[in-house]
Amino acid sequence: MKTKLSQLAPGESGIIKEFTDLEMSVKLMEMGCLPGEAIQVERIAPLGDPIAVNISGYQLSLRKKEASTIILQ
Amino acid sequence: MKTNLKVALVGNPNTGKSTLFNSLTGLNQKVGNFPGVTVDKKTGQSKLNDHQEAMVIDLPGAYSLYPKSKDEGIVLDVLVDPSNPVHPDLVVFIADATNLKRNLLLYTQVADLKIPVIIALNMMDLAKRSGFQIKVDELSAKLGVRIVPISARSGAGIADLKQAIAEAGTIPLQADVLDLKELLPDSRLIEDVQQEFSLKQAYTALQYLHHYQHLSFLTDSQIDDLAQRAEQSDFKSQQLQARETIARYQFINETLFDTFISPDNPVQESYSNRIDHILTHKIWGLAIFMAVLFIIFQSIYAWSEYPMSLIESLFIWLVNAVHDYLPAGALTNLLADGILAGLSGVLVFIPQIAILFAFIAVLEDTGYMARVTFMMDRIMRKVGLNGKSVVPIIGGLACAVPSIMSARNIENWKDRIITIMVTPLVSCSARLPIYTLLIALVVPDERLWGLFNLQGLALMGMYLLSMLSAVLVAWVMKYLIKARERGYFIMELPVYRMPRWNNVAFTMYEKVKAFVLEAGKVIIAISVILWVLASYGPPAKFKAIDQQFASPAYTAKYSVEQIDHLKASAKLENSFAGILGKSIEPVIKPLGFDWKIGIALITSFAAREVFVGTMATLYSVEGDASRMDSVKEKMASARNPETGQLVFTLPVAFSLMIFYAYAMQCMSTLAVVYRETKSWKWPITQFVYMTAMAYLASLLVYQFLK
Repeated sequence: MKTKLSQLAPGESGIIKEFTDLEMSVKLMEMGCLPGEAIQVERIAPLGDPIAVNISGYQLSLRKKEASTIILQ
Repeated sequence: MKTNLKVALVGNPNTGKSTLFNSLTGLNQKVGNFPGVTVDKKTGQSKLNDHQEAMVIDLPGAYSLYPKSKDEGIVLDVLVDPSNPVHPDLVVFIADATNLKRNLLLYTQVADLKIPVIIALNMMDLAKRSGFQIKVDELSAKLGVRIVPISARSGAGIADLKQAIAEAGTIPLQADVLDLKELLPDSRLIEDVQQEFSLKQAYTALQYLHHYQHLSFLTDSQIDDLAQRAEQSDFKSQQLQARETIARYQFINETLFDTFISPDNPVQESYSNRIDHILTHKIWGLAIFMAVLFIIFQSIYAWSEYPMSLIESLFIWLVNAVHDYLPAGALTNLLADGILAGLSGVLVFIPQIAILFAFIAVLEDTGYMARVTFMMDRIMRKVGLNGKSVVPIIGGLACAVPSIMSARNIENWKDRIITIMVTPLVSCSARLPIYTLLIALVVPDERLWGLFNLQGLALMGMYLLSMLSAVLVAWVMKYLIKARERGYFIMELPVYRMPRWNNVAFTMYEKVKAFVLEAGKVIIAISVILWVLASYGPPAKFKAIDQQFASPAYTAKYSVEQIDHLKASAKLENSFAGILGKSIEPVIKPLGFDWKIGIALITSFAAREVFVGTMATLYSVEGDASRMDSVKEKMASARNPETGQLVFTLPVAFSLMIFYAYAMQCMSTLAVVYRETKSWKWPITQFVYMTAMAYLASLLVYQFLK
């Protein structure tokens, strides 16, 4: 089972469950990545990192390292 | 009657804040040119109705009051400091109607500071077309604030907004959002801080506790006091922030539950997605980016050629006219050969700077720049930079000063410092005339394989070299500078939009104005000083020269014209500037430079663009001062009086170009680096490493080519 956001392929989506890192979670939550929100991976940058996701109606980009701190349901 | 109501525009980035600012203030705005600390503040007067005016302050875009970057920090600084000169009486919160949820986070924070607020709900037309349903009246009732639907782009609703500003009271009406008692059960800490700093709002006190290290208005003892209180009460900043954010989003979700209905698949987003498919495509994405850069540079040269030569010939005409119509004398010479010659060196850049900034503004405005950042992050990270460093580095092609300021939105301290340190290596427009001049002197205007212009290739080589050097230096610094915090890259990708041509025109106008005023002042001052130094010398020496050339040994042998020329040459050599240039000659001789180039080097340590002006001045002084041919022709025929050989040979010209490519010769850049880093350590390091690199590289090039 895929549990981290960083493991999703473009087009796949999940629901945010929790974060593994307090410092990152604060920054991600401010941008709308809250537990319970649906998140979808839109695309991956040409060089493989970062990724672009769709969250609460807009597009956000973040590095895979940051995406790996987001645990999905 | 004039009231001086202070209105601050607050909102997320990409919500149309600057468009709203422009339409509220029109041309009545001024950009505070980096005053005092760090704030690059834009203020303007807005005429609300026949009797009321307001001062509008455009604050940088922010996602929350918890600043991640320097830019966001400014918003907090202004809003929580009642004694700040631009602390507003009223906040106009601009929110993107198509992305209301995230936008409202900052709103609820600002609302809790209890400054009166009006919400300007922007992009209403777009939201309606995309299928959003927003019950404005009910939302307004729930939040307890006035909401004015607007479209900053088309101007719809601006009149209503002005009326709302004019009618706004001084008492905040918004409902409380955050229950501080729930967040922080022990309320004594907040109460104490409130009392100590006489703050009306508990939430403001909470912000002091969170951010005391970054609030510019606090004194050292106040910071110590807050630090002590926070420590004694075991104040956990990050945990509290996380809980606050969750509580706020809960409130927002409840509020929007029945007032904001978003469509399943917003039209603009799927449209934006389709563009992204191509523009950030695995292969096409990077190829298109390269093509965009190529087009920009081609256009800069192609479009600026005509206006530049127009400006040049205008000045040649002016200088000749001054010599022809004003009585000959020191003052006329100063005006023509000092001031006008120097000034033409500045003004001739205007077309290039305007075009480059127009392109950068278009790229930013459409949302493409965010994609470039997205695509480049991986490479940039490898060399110790950040995807967001792309903007300052590309901007560095125009001018390092605004680019270094634009590095403010890089959140990570180390990434930001490295970006600031390498941006001046990128070939800025001030170097361009030096390159063009020197290349035209030594590289033949011929085609390689009948295709590529050799001069164009040489110029491109200089630009590639500058980029490569910036990347290499960044990579070295990655290992030398210690990180203070973890790097991260969390960035909004705004939907693609048509550029707002008004904004593009404004940016162009602003940057050109700033350049002419800032650089112009320095250049005119230096031109005048230089002219004086080059025209006067120790009186005894000058007298001796006059006598020497008046002696029969010369008058018999040479014509009057020849004597004038020889005399001018001898005088320049013995002038104060000549003495100065000669004193550094031993140091620069290994690089292939003579004392005249030495003078140009000294003068252009303040600003590179002075080089061409200096050459113009030096050769006007030396030659027949009443006719100013183009500088290039004068330099091409310049010969070393001792050896009789041409001064500007290929090795000398290239050595000189390399010197200008690396040397830190821009006082404005050093000043802005000091302001941005608040420490002399960085500008000094930058000056030393760049100058050392310049000397060594020039030495290598000259010794190798010689």
